[in-house]
Formats: sequence, structure tokens, C-alpha cells
Amino acid sequence: MSTVISPRFRVAPDQDWPGYRLLVREPLQLDCGIDFGPFTIAYQTYGTLNPDRSNAILVCHALTGDQYAADPHPITGKPGWWETMVGSGLVLDTDRYFVICANVLGGCMGTTGPQDINPATGEPWALSFPVITVRDMVRAQKWLLDHLGIDSLFCVTGGSMGGMQALQWAASYPECVFAAVPIAAAARHSAQNIAFHEVGRQAIMADPDWSGGRYLSLGRKPVRGLAVARMAAHITYLSEAALHRKFGRNLQDRRAVTYGFDADFQVESYLRHQGSTFVDRFDANSYLYITRAMDYFDLAAEHGGSLPSAFQGTRSRFCIISFTSDWLFPTSESRELVHALNAVAANVSFVEIETDNGHDAFLLHEPELFETLRGFLTGCAEHRGLTRSW
Amino acid sequence: MSALSKSPKPNFGGAKAPSGAVVVAPGELRRDLRLIAEMIDPGARVLDIGCGDGSLLAYLVRHRNIDGRGMELSQSGVNACVGHGLSVVQGDADRDLDAYPTGAFDVVVLSQTLQATRQPRQVLETLVRIGRRAIVSFPNFGFWRIRLHLLLCGRMPMSHLLTYPWYETPNIHLCTIRDFVAMCDEIGVRVERGVTLDRHGQPYSLVPHGSLANLLAEQGLFVLSGSRRDGSTTA
Repeated sequence: MSTVISPRFRVAPDQDWPGYRLLVREPLQLDCGIDFGPFTIAYQTYGTLNPDRSNAILVCHALTGDQYAADPHPITGKPGWWETMVGSGLVLDTDRYFVICANVLGGCMGTTGPQDINPATGEPWALSFPVITVRDMVRAQKWLLDHLGIDSLFCVTGGSMGGMQALQWAASYPECVFAAVPIAAAARHSAQNIAFHEVGRQAIMADPDWSGGRYLSLGRKPVRGLAVARMAAHITYLSEAALHRKFGRNLQDRRAVTYGFDADFQVESYLRHQGSTFVDRFDANSYLYITRAMDYFDLAAEHGGSLPSAFQGTRSRFCIISFTSDWLFPTSESRELVHALNAVAANVSFVEIETDNGHDAFLLHEPELFETLRGFLTGCAEHRGLTRSW
Repeated sequence: MSALSKSPKPNFGGAKAPSGAVVVAPGELRRDLRLIAEMIDPGARVLDIGCGDGSLLAYLVRHRNIDGRGMELSQSGVNACVGHGLSVVQGDADRDLDAYPTGAFDVVVLSQTLQATRQPRQVLETLVRIGRRAIVSFPNFGFWRIRLHLLLCGRMPMSHLLTYPWYETPNIHLCTIRDFVAMCDEIGVRVERGVTLDRHGQPYSLVPHGSLANLLAEQGLFVLSGSRRDGSTTA
């Protein structure tokens, strides 16, 4: 990969974690009206950018994801969240494509977020961090691509909030997007989803250690609140069928219920584990800010209430993917998106994949997801004239 | 394919490609589909509704260099198509066509699907709205064997093209060629061309509007346009 460093940027490999950090000195104009900056984007890349820079795939991560799509998480040591998808010979084939994944604005894995120091005060931003939107996240990513010298993405993809970013890319920078694959996503966050996010945020804010958001300055961490937020959210990522298949009413390391409030049931123990491991790697204020960004996401509202207008004149190729058991981003929302794209005669494919894995299916081994995406990308590569030899 | 679909899918006994395989060689394409393919100009924008495993689309993309889209009810069909690089959406002719803008396509193909729609009349009107031309094929219920079957056996006819018993057929709006032409006339859809076919998709040299065609043809294949209503001409 060659890097073009313009005077606006300073690039330095991360000292502690794998990957890169890009310092953007110019301010980012946020939707909330604030010019924010300078700011840092932490990102990771896989594969090699071809000479005409036409083989880049931007992978956008979900709410609690990060840039480590295909290498071990530097804190938990767990495999990358999309390591079954990104790699040599895999669907996002790093022998063929140059895969970029950046931590979102407001995140806590190196890109500027509420846990970073506000240069004006010398204290962590906490709640003085501006409220950001999915469009702001995408604007920040656009800086990164400009820095990498990539005018046009071969593909932008991601699941859940990653899918929202893919849609935002297609709407905001249609000329930069050859293909977009939003998975388990929607053109707006539903009332039900906003409601679940609000439960999570209230759980965090109800934790005394949250301290009005100033916990880092005070040397505390609202681990209980953040864990509860994660537990509640995690239920929404699964399905009733998946929970039943995995746990049923099985008891945890005991033969009978204890008539107490211990984790008698396996499902309780599982959720507690999910909650407690999450707090090690995620910042509570980041959770507030990123959930808010998702809540505010509404592509139609950005275009006078008309979703087709968001894609008017688009030449991008779309592949919309949903899962039958996803009740957080149900198929009906994907279908609405398909109708909007049809209304502007866009080139769109739409696949609903049968699975009981719920919303989380995009992170799991779903053979049909892999097959569909592989076929779609191969078709697109043919149209783009991408060959293997460069 | 039909075993996995959520709603019944018509099966007319034509040669289906094995699941997951899209045939594109001219010799392997079903004969009625080949006939349709020959009616489509190279480079055209085409929507194939009920595109199945994508055989026709794949053929047109490969050999006619068209800009092709598909719509298919069965999930397995859609997945096979998209997995082969075709632009196909999971959808239903009754429900999912309205979103397309007027004149979005040069040609809209509805092959052996009309009789399985809930609102065939509205579907036809939509076809000629969203496409400059529509190519529609359907089994002819006026075919002599069907008539004879009902007359002699007194039971709901089944044939090579109509393989379901009455209680589980997806073919809820069967019609004869004359019925079809009469409806087109009624709703101002212009018939540009009609071809009558045997069960293998081999064309007969019969006048498609005539009563002999209605008796002898097993399938009808029509090229339609909405020109009588909006005044434009495409002939």
C-alpha cells in the first residue's frame, strides 16, 4: 500500500495496538453544527491496494465492533469479528481486494471519542463530546479514503450499524460507491430500537459510578450499568428460537433451582458473562454516543421525507441482505429499502436468508450469506473490470 | 426449488436447471425462453418477473449484453441468482411491482406466472406501465385436451403444463388465449405480437387471435405495450 500524506494529515502507526492512526487536522463539520477537530481515525487494512486503486472494500463495523475485523482483538485476544469473512481465499478475499476497516467516530478503539482528552480542557471529553451521527461517521471515513488516495470504493459493506453506514455512503457519496451491501440494516432506526437503546443508556446513567459521565476523570467506571446495557441489547441480537436452542430452561451447574437470585439458569449466566466481558473492552460514554447516532439515523428525513430521493440517480449496485429471525432489523425494513431503490430504478438485489440466529446472524457462519455475498462481489468485479492480475 | 418456497410456485414441467446452476448455453435454454430471448434487443433494460433460477436472465446478460434485473418469489431461486452475480430481488408480482417508475425498463418479462397472480389485470397494467413492452406467456386453458378432459372425465383438468390437482394449485387465475386477448382489449393494452406454442415451446403457424389457435395451442406468448392508452407508438 502506498500512502499519500498531504500536509493536512499526520499518520503514525499505533504504538500499542496493531493498525494505523490518521490524524486529521482539518475540522469535521458535524450534523449538530459543530466544527470538530483535529481528530484521529484508527483503522486497519487487509490485502493490497491495486495500482489503479479500484479494489478497495470498506467494511463498516456495528455498534460495539471495531477496526479489528480480521485480527485478534488487542484487549480480549478474541478473533476478529468478521474473520470468517475477511481473509485470503475468503469472501472478502484479501488476495484480491484491499479491505479497510476504521473505528467509527465516537468509538473507543483509537478513533476520537468521548474518552479521549479534550485539548481545550486537558480532561476527557465525556459529555462535552459533540453528539455525532452516522453521517458524521461516514464523513470521517471519507477523510480516510481521501488520505489513502481512493476515489471510488469497489464496495462498502457492513451489518447493522455497519449497514447504516453503507447506506449513508451510497446516499452521501454515490460517485464513490460502485457497490453497497447493507446487511441486517434499515434506512432508519425504528421506535422499538430507539426504545431498547434508551433502556441501555438509562442503565448506564443510573450507575452511580457513571458520575454524570465524568467517571474517567474521577478514576471510576460504570461497569454495572454498562453490563446491564449490554445484557439487554444482547437479547435483541438473538431470537427466541436461538435462545431456546442454546439454553432452553437448562440450569447452570446445579440440579435444581436455588430459590434465590443467583444465575440459576444457563441463559442468565450467559448474559452475565456477556455483560462482564463487554465492560473490559468498551467505554460507557462511547456506548451512549454511538447508540444515539443510530437513533438519529433516518435517510428519508435527510431527503425531505422521501427515501427514494436519497438514492436518486444512483449508479451503485446494491445487494440488500436480511435474516428471517432478525426482529431488530426485520426483513420488512429491508424490503422498504428495496422498494425505494426500485423507485429510482437502481440496480438492486435483495436476499432474505433463512436462519434462527437473529440479528447476530451477520457475524456468524451462515453459508447462504457467504455464498450470496461471494456471488454478488464476483459479479460486480466482472462489471468493474477487476482482474486478479495486477 | 418449489419445495422451499414460502408460497406455492407454478411448475409447468419445463426443463428446470438443477438448483444453483444457471444454464446459459443457447441449446440448453428452455425453448419458450429462447423464443422470448430472441424478441429482446441487445443492450435492453430488462426485468424478468418470476425469473426462477435466472436461466433467461443469465442467457440475456451473457449473449445479449442486456442490463438485466429479476424478481423471484422463492428464496432459493433468488439466492441462486444473486450467488451467480445476477441482480435479483425477492418479491411478488402482486405486491412489489408498484414501486418501479414508469418506463423503467425496455422489456418486462412475465413467463408462465400471470395465472398465479392474485390480480392479473392490475399486474398486466403495471407491466405495460413500467416497461415499454411486456412479454407475457401463459398456459392456454382453451387447449383441446383440457376441454376434452373436463368434458369426458368431469374432473378438473391437469396437463403437462398444469400439473397440480385443484386443491393445491397455485394457478388461481387460468385463462384461455381468447380471454387474455379480450382482457388486453378491455384495459387498452395493445397486443403487438402473439405467438402460439405447443407444450415444448415450439411455435405453431396459427393466427394467435383465431379460434383454432385457442383450441390447438398449449401456450400463448404475447408482446404487449400500453401504447393505445398513452398514445406513444413502439411498433
